[in-house]
Amino acid sequence: MTNYIPVLIIIIFAFLIAALIVGASSILGHKISKKTKLDTYECGMKTIGPTRMKMNIRYYLTAMLFLIFDIEVMFLYPWALVTGNLGMFGFLEMLVFVIILLVGYVYVWKKGALEWE
Amino acid sequence: MGAIGFKFVVFIVAALLVIVSSLLMTTRKNPIHSALWMIVTFFAMAVIYLLLNAQFIAVAQIMVYAGAIMMLILFVIMMVSLDNGAQEQKRFPMAMGTRLSWALVVVVLLVELMFAALFYQATAKVGSYPAEAVASLGNAKTMGMLLYGKYIFPFEIASILLLVGIIGAVVLSRKNK
Amino acid sequence: MVVQIPEMDFGWIVPEIAMTVFAAVALLLTLFRKKNSTWLFVEAMPLVGAIVALYFTFQTWNGNIDIFNNLYTIDNFGVFFKGLSLVILILVTLLSYRYIDREDMARGEYYSLLMFGTLGMMIMVSSNNFITIFIGLEVMSISIYILAGLMGGNAKSVEASLKYFLLGAFATAFLLYGIALIYGTTGMLDIREIAGYVNSGNFMVTPTFMAGLALLIVGFGFKTASVPFHMWTPDVYEGAPTSITAYMATGVKAAAFAAFLRVLFTAFHPFLSGWTYMLWILAVATMTLGNITALKQDDVKRMLAYSSIAHAGYILIALTVGDRTLSSTVLYYLLVYSFMTIGAFAVVIILGRQGSPNTGIESYAGLAGRHPVIAAVMAVFLFSMAGIPPLAGFMGKFYVLTDAIRGGYYWLAIIGVLNSVVAAYYYLRVVMYMYFKEPEAEIGAPDVSIGSTLAIAISVVVVFYLGIFPRLFLMIAHTSSAIFM
Repeated sequence: MTNYIPVLIIIIFAFLIAALIVGASSILGHKISKKTKLDTYECGMKTIGPTRMKMNIRYYLTAMLFLIFDIEVMFLYPWALVTGNLGMFGFLEMLVFVIILLVGYVYVWKKGALEWE
Repeated sequence: MGAIGFKFVVFIVAALLVIVSSLLMTTRKNPIHSALWMIVTFFAMAVIYLLLNAQFIAVAQIMVYAGAIMMLILFVIMMVSLDNGAQEQKRFPMAMGTRLSWALVVVVLLVELMFAALFYQATAKVGSYPAEAVASLGNAKTMGMLLYGKYIFPFEIASILLLVGIIGAVVLSRKNK
Repeated sequence: MVVQIPEMDFGWIVPEIAMTVFAAVALLLTLFRKKNSTWLFVEAMPLVGAIVALYFTFQTWNGNIDIFNNLYTIDNFGVFFKGLSLVILILVTLLSYRYIDREDMARGEYYSLLMFGTLGMMIMVSSNNFITIFIGLEVMSISIYILAGLMGGNAKSVEASLKYFLLGAFATAFLLYGIALIYGTTGMLDIREIAGYVNSGNFMVTPTFMAGLALLIVGFGFKTASVPFHMWTPDVYEGAPTSITAYMATGVKAAAFAAFLRVLFTAFHPFLSGWTYMLWILAVATMTLGNITALKQDDVKRMLAYSSIAHAGYILIALTVGDRTLSSTVLYYLLVYSFMTIGAFAVVIILGRQGSPNTGIESYAGLAGRHPVIAAVMAVFLFSMAGIPPLAGFMGKFYVLTDAIRGGYYWLAIIGVLNSVVAAYYYLRVVMYMYFKEPEAEIGAPDVSIGSTLAIAISVVVVFYLGIFPRLFLMIAHTSSAIFM
């Protein structure tokens, strides 16, 4: 259980800092009420169209590729914990794993799937 | 308050959070709100996994589910049309009787599962990694030792599985040139 | 805790490594090609890869060794099915050369996914560990989900891919759940260890264990397209590119039956007698439903899909009999079935044209008058499927039904024979259209290429050879299935 104390401290600090920033700006800041101020913020321009617009399908491809490489990271996490016990063997097996995925990465890159158009 | 008591309190809080947030998830009209409540469910479940000494699953839950898969779900919600008309549609065109009978079936199955879990003793042999052994080394480390030692062959094949997934994602979502 | 670093027996997995390397090279070659340059290198990859892998696979015959901490097994059963899937890969590649040009599919991806799919089959059929079986199955399945949808502009192909993916994901979940329940009740993943444990006398059968076994049967039943888990088959087989349909109907089915057979006959053989009724019903339902529905099909591709369901039923007869000494029948049947099915789909491919697959039965009318050779080979494959001597299909059915009689399953044998009679009707209907009907429209020139000619020629020769001289391959099948004794 004691292993989680640092995690707890980080969580407490995260909440504290967030509360501090929001609280400070609400106490110290000027309060001017205008209609424009309450409007939806869109890069300082006048808002165009509704909030719910259809997203382009290309985002989905990016998300899917992210998911796949995220899973690769999941494999790296327990490996990082035991790499001391595994030594050279562990390095080589992970190298094979990464090289096979690198083929996929080269494929994605050359295919232009990472470019917008 | 001892460690057991503390764990119990954390479990109760996390379990209530799971139940409440999943109820909110299923009852929200706005799908984006449902998705956000689902993230809360995932996080609360990650806490329960931690209590069960399954650290790896907890991390995977947050990284893969709350991170990547949730993003996919949000993109899907944003890709489909969200006209107001669609929201007013009856979500399940089922009569009340049908709904109740389905609910009854689910409840019966769950109770059955509970009884099965309570009254049938598992006949499994005690494996090489009982809970104490795992706890002494840490779940993720035990898993790492197995995955990168004994199970190296399926591990390497898993990279091919991911490669096939990459090819599929690219080739199916882009038009052939 | 000590890390168990396995010995690196790479010598035994050269075929698998070769497949991986050739598939990766095929993928990368497409990326670095010059515009309008020849595709020859990419197209040669699956052939060369399969031949290299086939050579090294035969080197491991009689190897009988467990490698990588018993997670991978080299035995004759595995070698048999590895060889079969590689031969299927060669035939499907030959079929594809003209076809994927015609339908404008992504070439590099197509060939490399074909090879990855074959790799998945090879892994799946030669492991005694649930983890490896599962991951092999997944590599195979995911490759084929993608392959089924490669005809991007074709709505039916996309539908087939999506349908297969969604239902396949469910089936895989069932399979995985079954594995989890069996692991939960035995604490083991190695099917030989499970066999030892369930036979040891310390084992108590629990509902959880039986539920696990049932879920396994559901999962494999889906992959082998057995009734009542066959619903996806007609739509997917019809919508997918025809070459991929041939691949699914033969490779996937053979690999799934191989893993099914290995799991059932090794780990769960003591329980098989309790499951006989269920398998009996499964076999009868699969045969009958496949055949009866095939009667009504006017689309040859769809008819072949139902016929492949029916053939799964005949194989299930052999599983129902459950005699481990007779399991060579299954191997022989799958061998025969693969060649005649690929041959029939090859004919379907060469009769199609870009954008119009011409799979309606009326487009086969009068084929004999215009293209007598094509009509003749199609007739050979159809007669073989119907089980008419001296073709291979007859021997396959003969051995299966003999098994049933030897095992005392007389009703099963009778139903099997009756089903063959029903099946003969719809196979002969196509033959009748080809020979005795006048063509309604002008038959265009068939899209014959060297590759498809070669594939058809090989299939015809093998169908005759296995029918007339079944002894050699029956002996090989017998030696391969000796691992169960």
